[in-house]
Amino acid sequence: MSRIKEFNLPDLGEGLTEGEILAWLVKVGDTIELNQPIVEVETAKAAVEIPAKWGGVVTRIFHEAGTVVEVGMPIIAIDTDPSAGPAGPSDTPGDGTSADPEAGLIGGPAPGGRTAILVGYGPKTTTAKRRARIGTPSASPTAATPTPPPAAAAGSPAAPVAVVPAPVAQPVAPPAPVSPEPVLASPEPALLSPAPAGRTGPVLAKPPVRKLARDLGVDLAAITGTGPMGSVTREDVQRAAEGLAAEGTAQTVTVERTPATTVLDGSREQRIPVKGVRKLTAENMVASAFTAPHVTEFLTVDVTRSMKVLEKLKARPEFAETRISPLLLVAKAVLLAVKRNPMVNSTWSGSTGEIVVKDYVNLGIAAATQRGLIVPNVKDAGRLTLRELAEALNTLVLTAKSGKTPPSDMTGGTLSITNVGVFGIDTGTPILPPGESAILAFGAIRPTPWVHKGKIKVRQVTTLGLSFDHRIIDGELGSRFLRDVGTFLEDPEAAMLSWT
Amino acid sequence: MAKGESVPGSDIPAGGFVQLLTPDGERIDSVTTADGATYSVDFTDEEYRGLYRDLVTVRRLDTEATALQRQGELGIWASLLGQEAAQVGSGRALRSQDMAFPTYREHGVLYCRGIDPIMPFGLFRGVDQGGWDPNEFKFNTYTIVIGSQTLHATGYAMGVTMDGKTGSPDGEAVIAYFGDGATSQGEVNESFVWSGVFNAPIVFFCQNNQYAISEPLERQTRVPLYQRAGGYGFPGIRVDGNDVLATYAVTRAALDNARNGQGPTLIEAYTYRMGAHTSSDDPTRYRNAGEVEAWKAKDPISRLKAFLTKQKVAKKDFFTEVDEDANKQALALRERVLAMPDPQPVTLFDNVYPNGSPEIDAQRKAFIEYQASFEGSGH
Repeated sequence: MSRIKEFNLPDLGEGLTEGEILAWLVKVGDTIELNQPIVEVETAKAAVEIPAKWGGVVTRIFHEAGTVVEVGMPIIAIDTDPSAGPAGPSDTPGDGTSADPEAGLIGGPAPGGRTAILVGYGPKTTTAKRRARIGTPSASPTAATPTPPPAAAAGSPAAPVAVVPAPVAQPVAPPAPVSPEPVLASPEPALLSPAPAGRTGPVLAKPPVRKLARDLGVDLAAITGTGPMGSVTREDVQRAAEGLAAEGTAQTVTVERTPATTVLDGSREQRIPVKGVRKLTAENMVASAFTAPHVTEFLTVDVTRSMKVLEKLKARPEFAETRISPLLLVAKAVLLAVKRNPMVNSTWSGSTGEIVVKDYVNLGIAAATQRGLIVPNVKDAGRLTLRELAEALNTLVLTAKSGKTPPSDMTGGTLSITNVGVFGIDTGTPILPPGESAILAFGAIRPTPWVHKGKIKVRQVTTLGLSFDHRIIDGELGSRFLRDVGTFLEDPEAAMLSWT
Repeated sequence: MAKGESVPGSDIPAGGFVQLLTPDGERIDSVTTADGATYSVDFTDEEYRGLYRDLVTVRRLDTEATALQRQGELGIWASLLGQEAAQVGSGRALRSQDMAFPTYREHGVLYCRGIDPIMPFGLFRGVDQGGWDPNEFKFNTYTIVIGSQTLHATGYAMGVTMDGKTGSPDGEAVIAYFGDGATSQGEVNESFVWSGVFNAPIVFFCQNNQYAISEPLERQTRVPLYQRAGGYGFPGIRVDGNDVLATYAVTRAALDNARNGQGPTLIEAYTYRMGAHTSSDDPTRYRNAGEVEAWKAKDPISRLKAFLTKQKVAKKDFFTEVDEDANKQALALRERVLAMPDPQPVTLFDNVYPNGSPEIDAQRKAFIEYQASFEGSGH
């Protein structure tokens, strides 16, 4: 009566070994249907939604979002017949807490989350669990035994069949004369015979293992292989490399620090795989920084009047339901300044040898989210009324924070604002989102001593930073645009009346 | 210029295509191309409804297969999502004597040939070779190697000519399926050469779904694909591959030309792969969401539904019944896929030679003995 079924993470690509849980779309207690999307998982190949394999009630979720899970591990438990009353935990046959961590593993765990192969499920890199042959010693010929140091390998008692006197393998010793008489005849069929203790021919190792050895500076000939037919495995190389590292430290270490290995073994470094939004951001930023020649200009402006206008707007019935912030006025300033300087809102199209000037503004707003930086945009923002713009900005930011920004919101941006002021920063030199020609950094607004009408007064002051693509925008145009944004923020009412 | 062809607009590619049903479900009576050929269809209400049922069923089964892969029940799946009209339109245009050579994505054509939809699942689940009898159904086995089936099809078509089975309205024709990426393969171009030179009774049916895995069409060709046929000496034509009526009309005409001894035709069915290349692919890494949205508006099923509704050929009850029936078929398919038995290792010696061979028999015997040498039973 095992009506609680556990769903194990399947191999979603071909030969993948793990996946990262991005987000759960259901929670414990939810009633779900067959094929209802339950979880988003990102693998080395793709981010995909997994549909439920059974309908029922979710009784357990094994891993939080953000966890990297090995293929074959349970991720969710579903009670497929909840109407039958409460199910005891004993109904769960393979409860995740007691599950064999090796269960269902395809290939072996490999750095980067997959076994490096072209197609198919690839080679197993873990030691095979092979059944015993009838009439042979029960000791598994391939069972991994702790490998003694190379010099001690001679006549190792762990080797089940010693056909040839084992050569004493030394990194510098020429191998040929050590083996007195290469005896190839073996009492067992060669194909399945266990590893001979001594080598007579060339070193057996798979190409990736050879590369690893080369990268780690390990001499394959100095290693006693524990793999099939005495081949050298990845683990053998890694063990040998650790030996080398220990040796190395032993020689170079000075008297002050005895446990020197902790300094060099990387245990105090955190390695974060570059993927998802972080990877995309990195690619975009590198592409932009090394394609578009950036110029950044700064302007410090007195925004006291803007802050007053904001208070007035908040008091108006039109904005009774809408949250507004200084960002709204900066956005409005940018949109009006684009109208006065349309060339700023353009794209350099190298492939066609053209500058594409856009008649619409898809206004991007850089947002920090849990998954990283994204820049969703408000489509055709120039056509919106101030209240519509405010609502669009609120929706944009809320959606981004909840991680639900659809891809269509993140493409097609024409000009962007990055609000670094919310972090308490004065200004910055932003990098252009690819395809855009200008981005405005909006700094913190601070009470500052400022010359106002000939006297020093405390005023609300901020600094704007504008980066632009110098292929399209000359210093003059960039300066005029930034000055217009500043002029608006210094006196929005006058700017509105005189420009629109 | 013919109505329905070369109409400038975002929905229609430069150079135009044959379209009989617009994305809004407006019916265009007939299309006459520059070379004087006229394309139209004259379906009964029942036939229109049948086409709709095919499209919905084929999509629903495909969706189930994608889900099964995501649940770990299939090793891989190549979805046809978005290409239903190209496959059903051409598949229904085939006559019983015609022979088809598919890729690994032609689940819709397979369905139209009357083959049990479970058949390819052994292959994708990795429990058998995915085989059926190509002669029984006049549908070759799925071919994974890109473009290679066009050579098989060309050879088969030349055989049809040698058997004297062309040159009449009841003659035989051959259709070879492939994608836009395959047009860059040597095999496909060799097939074009041979078919052109030997006037083989073959229709080259290219589903241009815009991407060869991640490579966009502009990296495959500088001219529209259908225009390549001219260089090999036979006609090429482009059809709206999301329009089941136009695809049917164009394929039917090309097959009839072939069976009458008029030689090959290249059809470029202009369509879009709405999903991933296979379940191992992530299309969001190479194409943007806006493009996918634009193609969603050209969906093959919604336009036929709009037409049927407008013409009062079908009512809500019909659509509901079709959905429910497709759902039932999908769930039955799921049950059958899950019930597929795992193969015994010894079956790997099967199907090597049609009538066995002493060498293989000896190997099988040795393998059985070897397996029996382990403790415990089974494999």
